[in-house]
Amino acid sequence: MIARLLAGAALVALGTGMAHAQGISGDVVRIGVLNDRSGLYADLGGEGSAVAARMAAEEMGGKVAGKPIEVIVADHQNKADIGSNIARQWIDRDGVDVIADVPNSGVALAVQEIVREKNRIFLISGAATAALTGKSCSPNGFHWAYDTTALARGTGNAMVKEGGQSWFFLTADYAFGHQLESDTAAVVKANGGQVTGTVRHPLNTQDFSSFLLQAQSSGAKVIGLANAGGDTINSIKQAAEFGITQSGQQLAGLLLFITDVHALGLASAQDLMLTTGFYWDMDDQTRAWSESFEAKTGTKPTMVQAGVYSAVRHYLKAVEAAGTDEAGAVARQMRELPVSDMFARNAKLLPNGRLIHDMYLARVKTPAESKGAWDYYEIVRTIPGEEAYASLAESGCPTAN
Amino acid sequence: MVTDIRDGGRGAVGTAGTSWLRLVAGAVLLLVLLTAPLVLYPIFLMKVLCFALFACAFNLLIGYVGLLSFGHAAFFGGAAYVSAHAIKVWGVTPEIGILLGTATAAVMGGVFGWIAIRRQGIYFAMITLALAQMIYFLALQLPFTGGEDGIQAVPRGHLFGLINLNNSLAMYYTVLVIFLFGFAVIRRAVHSPFGQVLKAIRENEPRAVSLGYRTDQYKLVAFVLSATLAGLAGATKALVFQLASLTDVTWQMSGEVVLMTLLGGMGTLFGPAVGAALVVTLQNYLAATQLPVTVVIGAIFVICVLVFRRGIVGEIAHRLGVRKA
Amino acid sequence: MFAEIFGIPPQALFGQLLLGLINGSFYALLSLGLAVIFGMLNVINFAHGALYMLGAFVAWLLLNRLGIGYWPALLLAPLIVGAIGIVLEKALLRWLYKLDHLYGLLLTFGLALIIEGMFRHWYGVSGMPYPIPPALQGGQNLGFMFLPNYRAWVVVASLAVCLATWYAIERTRLGAYLRAATENPVLVQAFGINVPLMITLTYGFGVALAGFAGVLAAPIYSVNPLMGANLIIVVFAVVVIGGMGSILGAIVTGFGLGLLEGLTKVFYPEASNIVIFVVMIVVLLIKPAGLFGRER
Repeated sequence: MIARLLAGAALVALGTGMAHAQGISGDVVRIGVLNDRSGLYADLGGEGSAVAARMAAEEMGGKVAGKPIEVIVADHQNKADIGSNIARQWIDRDGVDVIADVPNSGVALAVQEIVREKNRIFLISGAATAALTGKSCSPNGFHWAYDTTALARGTGNAMVKEGGQSWFFLTADYAFGHQLESDTAAVVKANGGQVTGTVRHPLNTQDFSSFLLQAQSSGAKVIGLANAGGDTINSIKQAAEFGITQSGQQLAGLLLFITDVHALGLASAQDLMLTTGFYWDMDDQTRAWSESFEAKTGTKPTMVQAGVYSAVRHYLKAVEAAGTDEAGAVARQMRELPVSDMFARNAKLLPNGRLIHDMYLARVKTPAESKGAWDYYEIVRTIPGEEAYASLAESGCPTAN
Repeated sequence: MVTDIRDGGRGAVGTAGTSWLRLVAGAVLLLVLLTAPLVLYPIFLMKVLCFALFACAFNLLIGYVGLLSFGHAAFFGGAAYVSAHAIKVWGVTPEIGILLGTATAAVMGGVFGWIAIRRQGIYFAMITLALAQMIYFLALQLPFTGGEDGIQAVPRGHLFGLINLNNSLAMYYTVLVIFLFGFAVIRRAVHSPFGQVLKAIRENEPRAVSLGYRTDQYKLVAFVLSATLAGLAGATKALVFQLASLTDVTWQMSGEVVLMTLLGGMGTLFGPAVGAALVVTLQNYLAATQLPVTVVIGAIFVICVLVFRRGIVGEIAHRLGVRKA
Repeated sequence: MFAEIFGIPPQALFGQLLLGLINGSFYALLSLGLAVIFGMLNVINFAHGALYMLGAFVAWLLLNRLGIGYWPALLLAPLIVGAIGIVLEKALLRWLYKLDHLYGLLLTFGLALIIEGMFRHWYGVSGMPYPIPPALQGGQNLGFMFLPNYRAWVVVASLAVCLATWYAIERTRLGAYLRAATENPVLVQAFGINVPLMITLTYGFGVALAGFAGVLAAPIYSVNPLMGANLIIVVFAVVVIGGMGSILGAIVTGFGLGLLEGLTKVFYPEASNIVIFVVMIVVLLIKPAGLFGRER
């Protein structure tokens, strides 16, 4: 009996495989926006990312290759098992053609494997780890908005050039934090700066005062925050309380979003340096798009949300050009078509799936400089994509080399 | 009169007169389990089975010894990490990987149990919780666990070098066999003389002591057995989902298994499995809605504790008037 | 000049000890609340962390919705949280007193999930900023460190509240009733004292302490739905270490472990999260009832 069951399953598998050979599967292009809708990353992605994806679909007239576009959403709750379960179900049962966003590196790495195995497309915007186009790269995975390498290089490089010669790292004690720290330290040293010390704090620490005290007594010019989310917010807030920036040391947030600055308030976050892939108030194009985004969500877009828009838009254009949603053909078209929109400037898609585009070094304005809500950044420098991101050879992606 | 938490146990099924009925029921259940993947999504079913085994293992402690462990996630997740690491990095076959994970959970169970059984009741719960939290921080900081990312892309490989587990039906039947094995072990333990002593400890520990039983040793063995089977469930889950992550070692996970057991019926054989199936289904369903999952789970917790302490299976057994063995 | 102590300059050491004391204030306030509740109700209040978070949120809501500032909130928020506690006790907890104490733990666990889940749903988890009250902004340069005024206030305020609570329970008539009712509720009831009311008020007071700690914490940490979730488990360990027997034990252990954690952050920061759990294991092996506890 088991043998018969197995044979039946094989037939089913064969059937679904053939359905994907050409044309639009299921007569609809289904985009699954998978992200954190209730937790730490809900504000930087969440429903806003789904709105961004829908805006890209509307721009195409709601149709691609003559078939309707549908956007569905789910909450992975920052759990890799829940996320991979949803991704599998979406692909196996619900006919999802492409999965978008997926903040939280752990969940994104899990989804990357599933999408590769099932041959769909993965448009990564929210996740940070450069491993997604490095040792875990996939022919089906595209990494859009930013990554750890770009953040480390952008901030590290620029701040040493601005005179921040000595660094002290406040590092979240797990893989992501270590990666961010070592990437940044390498850039600092390559530019002639030095690292005077580092302190590792456990993830989700409430009290940073003792770590900040060590950073303060180190006398380093720059305190690099190699952490994320609530840890970054708490360390910045408490740094203000202990008068660290007033005493001449500068804080560099290595992973910080505009929603974090919004939550902190300018009083605490002022003069912080950070690298971002997008700022709403750069020119007329970004302002126009961000305004219609704000009309739908009530907030300005983060670089993650803008990245989802840009990636989905490019994907849909590729489907249009290929005339099918079969992943291999679409991926080929995505690599061939030029990428250019209000988000992706001077952009180029590398064979490992990394989108190289201009990044920006920003300084958070003081309350006096800010003209109102969401007027938070002063763009200090535009960092060319080639300078910010790892080249194909550096990425360590085994399949694309 | 003071009723205790072991009250659920009073609904336990087990009379001789209905043995043929139970045989038929068992056969039907087995048939359902065998054919389920044709109707339902196999990955979902495997998740249910893993959690069902986890809950049954947990129930061995709460339902039959009366000890509430709030740290079982440590065994579940710890085993998941070890087997994922063994399979992915050392390249061992799936069955060896699962065995290694399960053995790790057994050792952890021995250490935890040795520390925790010095205290009873609430203290026991808090100590297991604190110990598990330590494992959580270790899992976060040790290099081999991959921190927040967990261990990803664990290859399912070939069982005994023969059966390709990448086929979801093959994987499903493997998980089913593991579950049935674990369930059989629990059933055997409960109905053995060893199980009788455990129940005696649950009902009245001083009396068991005065009868000459070294209750601490019995409790420790039960704790290790429960931890081992929880580890087996965790290791299997790591193989099914091809990953081990921090979720599995959080205290919320320890809370979830308490809920599954409470909802299904503490001290009943099938209750925890029913509870696990319900909770997993509910989580799957809620993930697609706007309702916040934790609020619903919390509300079920409160309702169970206030008005539904026997749990579903316990309640059914009680209504049917089945006497306890 | 001092020589270095184990390779650490003494200034840094003093600084860290002082910071440890500040963290200890929160441990002490929370474990005190747990101890008071446990003494009277025999319930381990798993919702304590959630109610601490609620205290911070009430303060935040008072400020942002009604424009009520920090100082009134310091009084109002604990009262509101205490009132919520009284409702919870009257509506839910009281049905469980005749059952195994573990049911109390499970019920409050469910409550914690509900409260935290609702605030996550409404406010997300990024956290809300709460400003330091103007009177306490800035800080003192102590030579070995910069001490923000607000942190100094936290230590003073929590010490004062802890000692007042200790005095009220151990040295007043009301406290004597309370202790008597803990020992033998039936007898105390027979003396004409309304024990159920006393239980309700005790629970209200215990969670009000948690609410107070929440308001104290709001300007330091961002007001965040999950701020109590991990703290509560550390506080459980503190309670296990101290033992449930004495009020003073909870206070001393709370401050002491804060100091110990501060020391760990200097010498081996990676272990600062688990040092309390390690201490717990050692204490259990040597003195199963805890440092100040008696066997029950």
